[in-house]
Formats: sequence, structure tokens, C-alpha cells
Amino acid sequence: MQLVLEKRPERSTFIAVASPLIAIVLTLVTMAILFAIMGKNPIAALIVYFIDPLTDAYSLQEIAVKATPLVMIAVGLSLCYIANIWNIGAEGQFIAGAVCGSWLAVHTNGTDAGFWVLPVMLLLGAIGGALYALIPAICRVYFGASEILTSLMLVYVADLGMDYLVRGPWRDPKGLNFPTTAEFDPVATVPTLIEGGRLHAGAIITLIVVMLATVLLGRMIMGFEIRLVGAAPRAARFSGFNADRLVLFTFAISGALAGLAGIIEVAGPVGHLQPNISPGYGFTAIIVAFLGRLNPVGILIAGLFLALTFIGGEEAQISMKVPLDLTKVFQGILLFYVLACDSLIIYRIRLLRTIRKPVPAHA
Amino acid sequence: MLDASSQAGSSRSGPLLSAISISKRYGDFLANDCIDLDLFSSEIHALLGENGAGKSTLVKVMYGLIQPSGGELRWMRQKVVLAGPSEARLLGIAMVFQHFSLFENLTVAENVALGLPPTESFAAISARLEETARVYGLPLEPKREVWRLSVGERQRIEIVRALMQNPKLLILDEPTAVLTPQEADQLFLVLDRLKSEGRALLYISHKLEEVKRLCDTATILRGGKKVATCDPRQETAASLARMMVGADIGEVKAMSGRSVSVPRLVIYKLSLEPDDPHGTHLEEVSLEVRGGEIVGIAGVSGNGQGELFSALSGERLSPAEGAIVIDGQAAGLLGVTERRRMGAAFVPEERLGHGTAPRMKLSENALLTGHAASGMVKKGFIDKPATLTAVDRTTKSFDVRKAKRDPEAVSLSGGNLQKFIVGREILREPGVLVVSQPTWGVDAGAAATIRQALIDLAARGTAVLVVSQDLDELAEIADRIAVMFHGRLSEPLDAAEATRERLGLLMGGANPAKPAGPQEAKHAVGA
Amino acid sequence: MLDALAQIFSLIFSVSFILTVTTASTPLLLAASGELVVERSGVLNLGIEGMMIMGAACGFAGAYMSGSTLIGALCGIVAGAALSAVFAILTLGLAVNQVAAGLALTILGVGLSGLIGAGFVGEQIVQAPRLYLPILTDLPVIGRILFGEDAFVYVSIALIVAIWLFLYRTRAGLILRAVGDNHTSAHALGYPVLRIRMLAVLFGGACAGLGGAFLSLSYTPFFIPGMTAGRGWIALALVVFASWRPGRLVIGAYLFGAVSILGLALQPLQLGVPQQLMNALPYLATVIVLVLISRTRGTAGSAAPASLGLVFVPDR
Repeated sequence: MQLVLEKRPERSTFIAVASPLIAIVLTLVTMAILFAIMGKNPIAALIVYFIDPLTDAYSLQEIAVKATPLVMIAVGLSLCYIANIWNIGAEGQFIAGAVCGSWLAVHTNGTDAGFWVLPVMLLLGAIGGALYALIPAICRVYFGASEILTSLMLVYVADLGMDYLVRGPWRDPKGLNFPTTAEFDPVATVPTLIEGGRLHAGAIITLIVVMLATVLLGRMIMGFEIRLVGAAPRAARFSGFNADRLVLFTFAISGALAGLAGIIEVAGPVGHLQPNISPGYGFTAIIVAFLGRLNPVGILIAGLFLALTFIGGEEAQISMKVPLDLTKVFQGILLFYVLACDSLIIYRIRLLRTIRKPVPAHA
Repeated sequence: MLDASSQAGSSRSGPLLSAISISKRYGDFLANDCIDLDLFSSEIHALLGENGAGKSTLVKVMYGLIQPSGGELRWMRQKVVLAGPSEARLLGIAMVFQHFSLFENLTVAENVALGLPPTESFAAISARLEETARVYGLPLEPKREVWRLSVGERQRIEIVRALMQNPKLLILDEPTAVLTPQEADQLFLVLDRLKSEGRALLYISHKLEEVKRLCDTATILRGGKKVATCDPRQETAASLARMMVGADIGEVKAMSGRSVSVPRLVIYKLSLEPDDPHGTHLEEVSLEVRGGEIVGIAGVSGNGQGELFSALSGERLSPAEGAIVIDGQAAGLLGVTERRRMGAAFVPEERLGHGTAPRMKLSENALLTGHAASGMVKKGFIDKPATLTAVDRTTKSFDVRKAKRDPEAVSLSGGNLQKFIVGREILREPGVLVVSQPTWGVDAGAAATIRQALIDLAARGTAVLVVSQDLDELAEIADRIAVMFHGRLSEPLDAAEATRERLGLLMGGANPAKPAGPQEAKHAVGA
Repeated sequence: MLDALAQIFSLIFSVSFILTVTTASTPLLLAASGELVVERSGVLNLGIEGMMIMGAACGFAGAYMSGSTLIGALCGIVAGAALSAVFAILTLGLAVNQVAAGLALTILGVGLSGLIGAGFVGEQIVQAPRLYLPILTDLPVIGRILFGEDAFVYVSIALIVAIWLFLYRTRAGLILRAVGDNHTSAHALGYPVLRIRMLAVLFGGACAGLGGAFLSLSYTPFFIPGMTAGRGWIALALVVFASWRPGRLVIGAYLFGAVSILGLALQPLQLGVPQQLMNALPYLATVIVLVLISRTRGTAGSAAPASLGLVFVPDR
């Protein structure tokens, strides 16, 4: 008996729809097994992870707060990934945007600046992220260097750069030597949407981004270009699309979105610049993008789902002493199952009888 | 050399290899339907059929690459089941594929070694390879990397590799598709020699004149079934064609006395370095194509046709804007979209992956070339109904057979997809059409449709440039024919002067003298 | 200025610096050697970082619980190979996009290593023993460099030599190179493309695991989450830098090793450069090297195996 992979004549719409659900179910089963190995009650753990956060208003808000940067970054990444352009450096672009926007906050801190501060900060964040993302893009277009490696290396550079700034020139002089900038002024802070809550205006911006992306990919010629470059690069060239220009464009957009997410996160929930402003949003966004099938609405749902697991993971750490790393394991396993199930959209698995041994020929 | 006893033995006791009621099914599609075939030693057996008839499938079954869904194989009267090519090789079956199984970045010797069982040392293989190549008149240098070799030289590697296994049966799949007529003659000498050595040969082709010249027996396949086994020398080309195709295909009607107007496509001293380091330099290519005429470019693949196409379409920009002129406007520095706006249209060699995105729907593939100038895009937004209309129109005008209104491109058969791609461009009524290998791998019916469409388009005043490896095709439709060799384009010959011999010499790089006079015209291709 | 240069110069050519370079380069060389074989077979495995960190965590766990460096190293090897097996199932068995699968592998590996290593943070083991040969190791200058290293270093050199012999002097190596050059032709000739690639991927995983184990068993005698700090990614860049050739890989590994510890080594000189910039050197250097190497090759064409990263699903 042999299992072989065979291409389907047409994509299976059933699997296309069902695949994320199947992947989630498989992941839950795997996680249950993991919990059991770790000596925790699987059902109880799964409930803490996935059900409890949905039960109180505070957690629900936290889910939205966590989902905001994830979805925003992931939408940008999806534009790249559809075109087979691999921006792995979203984490670095997030930081670059946070730094660029924070520059204005730090330098107007304590002064009497007006309401223009926040919008300009957001703009600077987007521009900063876009410019930082253009570095690996230019390396690919003009030098042929792999954007996977260059964008990733720049994550470490951005992290170290921000570390230097908050420990050095931008450190709050009144901050008792903690590596952080001064708390941002109210004009430099993203407004919240609910009194006393943490849900902030960034969520609205994210929803707008999702809507714009949906229109772009589904109805506009630019969206067709992105999809074509990813599906058949030679045909894309034949169609008249310039692949180089697309690399620059998608990197810039995804960098801008990541940078915007960065400054919103810093000027919103966090309130100041410090090391570790991101629990790996840039990398988790990659999972969100794939889990959402590189589709803006799918990403919105996937982002909320993964945010749920972040909150659940924090809760499980407190109440069940489950290590926080488990959330990362969950995300990795989920991504594996999503990729595996997605493969079944184009291929199917068949069981073949093995070939009988040949009869020796008459010499 | 096979010893005389086995030679005599097999002809006395029967066929060397028999295919008995072989069937192969792919889902709903029956590629081979209960085919019987007997191969004897000292005989060259042709397997005839048009593209898609099932020849390659049957032969892959005989070589162990594919398992039959039904039927069996017998080797010297004993039933065998071939689990893979290595078992076939053990029996003494060798195969030269149409698409070479070569490794570009490895040397000739390494390529040969990979195709042989691991019983000899590398040094021994290298020495034997040089010897065998020399003996059969197909010289090869063991240490050269394959990417440096021409297509004809690469085929030599395949043949020598097969011969080094001292095969009792040698299968050749469309071997002359990539050869100049002179190289093909060379090959026939080798094959005759192999036959005299007592080997059996199975020769797959769709070229009737060749088969009549070379082969003792012919089996004809059509639609997966065996139609007949006959002696090709007793048949005429027409009778063989009728058996292959099943009916008289309507002759392509060339419009005589077509009026030709001004040059609509001018290539002026185009020199271009290749994108790909293994590619071909274009050197001062010049050509004029006038409205109302069809100009053909002949030549074995790999001589710069691909590079020329890219330069014409705009996928690659020329060094000078005047290198390419479309309807009087300098276009060398303009991109593909702009050239389409100027009324030019292009059909590339590769259907899937270049001419279309395989996994995208036909409507999106209509948009692929249509977004430039066909009213499918308004202010950056796609007009979906317009793309569907384009699909419907193309389907209707070119008889494209498909399973539903807007399927994925990859689900269409070769012929139907090619009709869609050609139709997509012709329906735009372009002023200039450049098409590469218009009927390669396409069944005879679709091929006739496409060729007629090209002729009709030219009759309406379009300048049509056809790049093709198929001399018969060019004979049928082209008014003038030029030859591409090593990146250079010869002076175009009028169709009447473009004899097979002259074209063949040009394709091989020689420089034949101008025709002596009227007696040359009698040998004109297609006469 | 000149004085500072002189100081830097004498530091770089000191024995202690060269020793440090060797230890810094070894994990890179181990991981990159494995990936070289993998990519030569036509597969791009971006998950090296995940496999390395798993090797570090499991290696440490194994050594801690058994008291033996050897057991620890074996644990690291098995961990890396096991993780790469998951990658193989996805990419070779299910024809999943190799880039996406590699990223998933990294995320999973980092997470799992955190889980496994959590219980061992703060613990310490006996550092891997270093070789001592009576007269040879005591030789001045070259003694400790050549004859005083730990087993990992010698293994890394032996490994790359063995890989070179395998690729260019054995038939199996020729077949592997052929598969990487054109998997369609290899399949047509009857070679088991998927099986060959799977073996290559497992080998690559084992090497990456060993490279990670080196970090927690020899480089430092403890485990910290995230201790690979991007070395897996640098190993990928090394393979590109080496044009997929073993000889150049050694040079590249040692160059990068030197750059990565340059910051630390120059610290005593108090040059006034921020610590973070020094720490960023290896990453910046990787970007610069990638740009330069791709540019110079641009005109000569890619030296990469032609079917690198391409999906292969055989016809039946």
C-alpha cells in the first residue's frame, strides 16, 4: 500500500471553506493531548484557553485590543504573500513605526502642542514602517538578495536600535533609570472608545483597513496584479505587470501598516516607548495571515481567534501554571494544520496498491 | 551488436515485446483503449497519431514509467510487469524521450552515468561513452556541461546513453522535432545501422514523410484506440493522414492574391543580451512584416526565438526605441501594456504559465491581456461582466470546448486552450499579431481552426508573424519565411523559394546559394 | 586613531580571539552544512532557527538528566531531526509551500523549546570536555587552536569534509545533486526524488539540532530561551554566501563567527560605540553580504540548485 498525492482537476470548494475549521479542530485535539502529557486536565485547560475569555466584558475588550495590531499587520502581509513576496520583517517594521512616531511624542512631551500631534505621529509611524520595509525590497529588486533573510535580519537591528534609544537619548530623566521614555501626553495618546476600557480607536482604523483591502483584492486591477504575480509570474510579466514595482509597493504597504500598528500600540495601550513593546506581533501576524487564508475578512476572524488564545494563555499561566510558551506552540501547530489542510484544496491523497514484483525475463 | 542466435530466435519464435490489450485511464479520460502492438527485432516500427492520440502514454507503459489500468506486456512471449524504468532497462529496453531527462548544470559524463545502472565506475563510463559516441557518429565531450550544448547535441547524449545499455529495443519519441532536416538525415543513418544490428526500434512521430521513408511497419492510434497496422511504404501520406485523423480535415484555404500594404511591424537591427545566462544573444535582427501578409520564422528551438518574442512583446525592452516599430511608432522602449494599446497582440509558446495563469479562470485570463485596451478596466476597477463576455465571444467564435462557462485554464485540453488564447487576441482585431508555436501539441482539428484564423486575420489587413519549428505549418500559411540561427535572422525567402533543403541548411547555420532557377521551385515545400 | 587600530589588530590576531572565533563559528558551520545538503537536493528549509533551538533545549535536558555530553548531543540531534520530519511530511508529502512550512517550523520550534527548556532555566551542567593530547596541545599558539577544542568543533570540520566527499565523489551524492538540478528528469530516470529529499531534510535537521546542542552544552553550559539569537537565519545566509559549495561554506562560517563576536571582543578597548551597535554587527553584516554576493552573481546567473524550493508531485 502506498499513499500518493495527486492533483485535483479543479480546486475543491468544500475543502476551501472547511479547511480552517478542520485545522482548528485538529489543533484542539493535539493541544488536549499536550495538556494531558503535561499533567493538566485537558478539558479544563481548553476551557480556560478558549471559552473563559469570551465570558467577561474585560476579556472581550482585551481580545479586540490584542487583535487590532495583529489584523492590521496581517492584512499588509497578506498582500505580500499572495504575490509570493516574503516579508518576514513585520516585527522590525512595527518597531520602526513605533520609534518614528514616538520621536514626535518624545520631543513635544511637556510642551503645549495641539491636537495635530497624534495624527502626525500616526503618519510618521506609517512612513517609518514603509521606509524600513523598503530596505529589503530594494535589496531584492536592485541586488537580487533574498528578502526573507534581509527583512528578518533587520528585525534584530530594529530591536537593538530601539533598545539603544530608550536606554540612552530618549530615556525619561525622571524615570528612575528604567529603560523607558516619559509617559506620552494626552494629545499624543490614541483615544479609547469605551469609558474606562482599553478598546481604542485603533480598532476602527483596523476595520477600515480590512474593508479597503477587500475592495483592492477583489475588485481592482491592482489586486489582480498581486494575485497574478503570485499565481503565475511569467504570465504576470506577459500581462504587462512589473514585478519589481510590485515588490516595492507591497513591501511599502505592509511596512506602513506594520508601522502604523506599532505607533498605535505604543501610543495607545502601552502609553510610552520601552523595550519589548511587542510580544511578537510581527511573527504572530504571519500565522494570522495564513490562518485567514490571505483574505482580509478571513484575517479579521483569524486575528480575533488568535488574540483569544493570547488572552487565554495569559489566564492559563495564572490559574493553571501553564507556561506562556504553550501559546506559541499552539500557534505553530495551528499553522501546520492550516497548511496541511490547505494543500488538500489542490491535491488529494490516494491509496495505491504497490506494484507487484516483475516476473524475471527470459534472458 | 546482438548475437545472431537471439536475432534469428526472436523472429522465428515471435515478437520481442507485445502489448496486449493495454488500457490506461486517468479519471474519466481513457488515454489508451485496449491497444495491441507487436514489436519485432530488425524492424523499425512507427507509432503514428496526432497530438493527444495516446502515443506517449502507451510508450511510457512499455517503459515502465506508468502502470496500465488494464492489459499486459509480454517480453519474448513471457508476461512481465515493469515496476519502473530500471526493470525495463534490465530487460533491454531503452528510451529516448521527447523531453530530455538531462541535468543542465552537470557534465555529459555525469548525465550519462545517471542514466545507467551503478555497475561501472565513473571513469569506465566516461571512456565508454566517448567510444560509443564516436562509433555511431554522434561525437560528445564527456566533461562539458550540458547547458552549453545545442538541442541536437543534447539529444545525442540521450541516444548514446540509450545505446550504451546495448538495448534490444530502442524507443524514440518524436526525435526529429528538435532537429534540422540535415540532422534528421544523420539520425536516420544511425537508426538504419541499429536495425541492421538486429535491434528492434519503435519510432513515434506524427510526420508522415519521415515514417514512409524510414519505417517498416506503422501502427496508427486515434483517440486512444488502435486504428490500423500497416506498411507505410504501401500507403500514401494522404491515406495515413486519413487514418490518423479519421476524416479529411478541411484544407486550409490560403487566400490567393492577398493585398499587402505597408510594413506594420518593423524590427530594425535588434541586438539584445539574454536575461538568462544560458540564453541566446540576439544579433542585429531585422525584419519587416507588412499588413496582409504572414511571415514565418523557422528554426530549431533554442536559437533565440524566445528572446525575440520577449523583445517583441515588450517583456524585455530593447536597447533603442527604434529597434521595434509598430504601425510607424517607435516601440522599443515601451512596455507590454503600451504595445497592446498600440494595437499589437502576442501569443507565447507556453500555454500554461506564460499565456495563461493555469489555476485562474478563463475570465481572469481574458483580463490578463485585456486589461490594457479592451474596456475591461474602469478607473482601476475591474468590469467582471466584460471579462465574461470576452470569454463567451471567444468560446463561440473559436469553438472552445469546456466543462462549464468559466473554468480554470488548466482544465481545458491543449487544443482548446490554445484556441482560447489565440482567439482572445484575434478578437481584439490587432494590427500586428506575433504568435509563437501556434499549434504545438494541439490536435489536428484545433490546429486547422487556428491556422485558418491566422490566415483570415491577415486577409483583414493585420501583419502576422509566426514563429514555428514546424516547417509543414509554415509551408501552409506563410508568405515569406526567414530562419533563426544562433540569434541571427536570415533574409526572408518567398514561400516558393523556401525549399525544405534551403531552410534546413539555414536552420543548421549554413549559407546556401540563391536558387538556380525554375527547377528549384519544383521542390518547394508544400508543392 | 592609529593607536586604536593597532590595538584592534593585535587583539584580532591573539590566540584567545581565534579560539573564541572557532567556538562562535562552530554552530553556524554545523547548521549550515546540513542546510547545504538539503538545498542541494532542491528543498529550502527555513526552519533552521526552530530546529537549532530545539536542539539546544533537548540537548541540555538530555545532558542534565544523564550527566553525559554525548547523550545530550544525541538528544539534540534527534530533536532537530524529529522537527524536520514534520517539515518533510508537509512539504514532501503534502506539497505545501516550503517557505510557509519553514516559518511554521521556526515558530513551533521556538515555542516547543521554551516549553521543554522552561524547567531547566537556571540549571547548569558540566561544560563539554575539551581535548587534551600530551605534547600537541601544549604547543605554543597552534596547540590549543588545533588540538584543544571540544568534540563539536572536530565533528563540524569532519562533517563538512565528509559532505564534500559525498557530493562530489560518490554516486549517491551525484544523484542528490541531480535531484536538486532537475527533479523532473531525475524522476523520469527512475530515481526516488521524494525519498532522497526526505533523507536530506532529516540530515539537515540532525545537523541543526547538533548545532543548537553545541550552544547549550559547550558554548555556554546552560540554556536560555531564545539563545540561538538568529543564528539559524544566519546559517541560511551562509549557504547562499557559499554558493552552495562546501569549501566556501567553511570560510563563510568562520567569517561570520568572527563578526558576531567582534563586538564583544572589542569591548575592553572602550571605543565609545554603543553596545547595541556592536550586537547588531552580525545582522547588518549578513544583509551587506547578501547584497554583495547576489549582485556579483547577478550577471553570471544563479548558482542555486535549479529546482530549489519548487514543489514536486510525481505523475503516476
